[in-house]
Amino acid sequence: MTRFKIVFAVLLLALHAQISFAQDETALVEKLKQKLDQVHDYVATGRMKTDVAFIKAPVGNVKIYYQQPDYFKLIRKSGISILPKGGVTVNMNAIMATKSYVALFAGNAITDGFPTKIVKLLPMNENNDIVLTTLYIDEKNLLIRKAITTTKENGTYQMNMQYGRYSNWGLPDKVIFTFNTQDYKIPKGVTLEMDEPLTDADRKRMQQKNGRVEIDYTTYSINKGLPPGVF
Amino acid sequence: MFTLLQVELYKIFKRPRTYIAFIAIAGLIGIIQLGLKLDGDAYINFVMSNAEQSFTFDGKLLNGYLVCYIILQLLLVHVPLLIALIAADMISGEANMGTLRLMLTQPVSRFEIMMVKFTAAAIYTLLLLVWMAVLALFVSMGLFGTDDLIIQKTRYLVQLSNDDVFWRYIGAFGFALLAMLTVAALGFLLSVFAENSIGPIVATISIIIFFTILSTMSIPIFQKIQPYLFTTHMVAWKEFFDLKVNADNTALKGTLQNKSQIIQSAWILVAHIVLFVGVAMFVFKRKDILT
Amino acid sequence: MEPIIQVQNLSKQFGNIAAVNNLSFEVPTGAIYGFLGQNGAGKSTTIRMLLSLITPTDGNIRIFGMPLQQHRKEIFKNVGAIIERPDLYGYLSAYDNLKMFAKLNGMQPTHQQLMNQLDQVGLADRAKNKVKTFSQGMKQRLGIGIALIHNPSLIILDEPTNGLDPQGIADIRRLIIQLSKEQQKTVLLSSHLLNEIEQMATHILIIDKGKKIIADSAKALFNPAETMVEMATTDNITALAILKNSKWQSAIQLNRGPNIFLKMHYNQIPAFNSDLFHLNIQLVMLQPRHSLEDYFLQVTANSPSDTLILNH
Repeated sequence: MTRFKIVFAVLLLALHAQISFAQDETALVEKLKQKLDQVHDYVATGRMKTDVAFIKAPVGNVKIYYQQPDYFKLIRKSGISILPKGGVTVNMNAIMATKSYVALFAGNAITDGFPTKIVKLLPMNENNDIVLTTLYIDEKNLLIRKAITTTKENGTYQMNMQYGRYSNWGLPDKVIFTFNTQDYKIPKGVTLEMDEPLTDADRKRMQQKNGRVEIDYTTYSINKGLPPGVF
Repeated sequence: MFTLLQVELYKIFKRPRTYIAFIAIAGLIGIIQLGLKLDGDAYINFVMSNAEQSFTFDGKLLNGYLVCYIILQLLLVHVPLLIALIAADMISGEANMGTLRLMLTQPVSRFEIMMVKFTAAAIYTLLLLVWMAVLALFVSMGLFGTDDLIIQKTRYLVQLSNDDVFWRYIGAFGFALLAMLTVAALGFLLSVFAENSIGPIVATISIIIFFTILSTMSIPIFQKIQPYLFTTHMVAWKEFFDLKVNADNTALKGTLQNKSQIIQSAWILVAHIVLFVGVAMFVFKRKDILT
Repeated sequence: MEPIIQVQNLSKQFGNIAAVNNLSFEVPTGAIYGFLGQNGAGKSTTIRMLLSLITPTDGNIRIFGMPLQQHRKEIFKNVGAIIERPDLYGYLSAYDNLKMFAKLNGMQPTHQQLMNQLDQVGLADRAKNKVKTFSQGMKQRLGIGIALIHNPSLIILDEPTNGLDPQGIADIRRLIIQLSKEQQKTVLLSSHLLNEIEQMATHILIIDKGKKIIADSAKALFNPAETMVEMATTDNITALAILKNSKWQSAIQLNRGPNIFLKMHYNQIPAFNSDLFHLNIQLVMLQPRHSLEDYFLQVTANSPSDTLILNH
């Protein structure tokens, strides 16, 4: 019992120290939010590339629809889209749509050549799928350069964003999602095919546990409304 | 020679037995299509369950192209049995009926008879595959529409764009024809030795089943001999449904991952056909007709 | 005239068994050539070699003056054959069977031609029926129709009356004689029935165990001066003793079996018969046999088989 009390006390102390020393970055995040809130909706076109070790997919033309607060849809113009489960819906606007959160400063870093501030964003709502988001915020340009999101259901995702023509809206030209992929192997009996010899390059590729989805946005049509029945 | 071929085809297509295969294929394909039409999504969920742990698939997964692939995968293993029914009967059936000696006392050479008989068996095989293509591909395309074809390979998933699939089916059916001709040639060869058709039909089917089992069992000792079994090469039609990726792991439309494998397998099958038919001719030329 | 078939030193070995052993014969053009022997004597093997169904171990075959092996196709344009049962495509009609074989012979037969041919063999009214519904006799007749459709000058028939009823046998016999007499065709026909051959053949070849016993024209073989008479009495021993003291003594042929055999001219038989009456010999049976049967008797005496039938 005594031991338990000591542990409890130490924990309490530590937590108190953390909170008091951690710098609150709510103001920065709110500023960022305001910038992103300029966008009520958009329809974007782009090209999507899936780079998962065990998926051979062609580059596809995609159409992306967004509407506040967190409606998001990606459609392959023709064909079937293969997306990491829950991943792409975790777009920046959706993350920022979280109403109540704690934003904590967690250091500085250089991201893609830009000085960034690392901000940990903790949603207050326990039912939120997002557990924690780490943002790398380019304070000068007021842009999120990188975000690492941990979800309850779908693991951890990393997003790297590159900006250009639409940086005033806080919309990226290119988004790279990186995610963990599970091992993929189905019993051979099911497929009944020849054992094709693996090259070293193949083997290396297969061993990669991270998958990537890259979306190159070519056009945005911002705040022009959405066709009905998209979502 | 053309008249002879006409006569041979006439004989094949006048027999009720010939149509068993066509009816069987129509029935099997119909049942698969009906099943997938009624409860295809459950099937897809089951098949894709592994991949769906990490991914969502948005689009018409169950489309005509996939249905055709499922049908081919299920059916092409069994079509040899139907081919054997006709091919292994070509010579032995006539020996059994006693019509062989009548044929051989006509002013045609044994070589011509053999050429024509194998050609007739080949035409039958071709028609069977065309029939299969019509039902499995075109009817499925009509029933289920088309979309990208997503295929599970042993180690990875392949997505083929809608507009990158059809030519692959042409290639696959072409290759399947070669594979089935190998079966026909084997049946044809065995039919030379027997004086009733049951023996060579059963023998052909047994060899195919036996070799197919050896070809598909992933036991190291079997894997060593697998490259030498023609049945291993018969499934190379599936190679048409795999494509190359570039350094960025982007699939390159219109490419084949294992083109050399397809070509090699095709040559091995052609060699088997030539060997089987050649031996059949050699043996038949010297055979004393005693029935 | 050159013989239509020339066979020289023909042999066929099946393992250790010599089915045909150094057989030579010639079939004259226009002949009805009877090929006689017991079952298993080598008739079928020989005929199959003539039709190139079996490759000879040794020897030469020339048909129409051409070596068979090199000119098989050319020769067969002019040959019609039935080997044993004429097995046809049961799932096709008589008409379709005939049409198909006509095409194999390079013909483009008209409907009328085909119907005429079927009519000739008495099957015109069954033209559209499937052959599997036919009796053996009908199949045989259709087989002959097929063998003749391309109007060959040589017809080879292996046991053509096998399995036929008496009416069928008579029909075939009539047809063969007609083909020979009216259409001047050469017919080679094999049988194990002597009477069948002797009623038609102009030439006869007898083989046994793959070897030639005799080959000659029917005229020479049926020499009336050499007629063998076989008789049986109530008491053969006494009868023989009486005959030995009569003028028929020189005609007696000894050691031919339990019955008594005498050789005499066919015309002497009535006189012999009346002598028997005067010599008080109680006759049970008296049967004349021509010399061909004599050969047959020798053949049967040497082999236990009863397949060789000498029926009159």
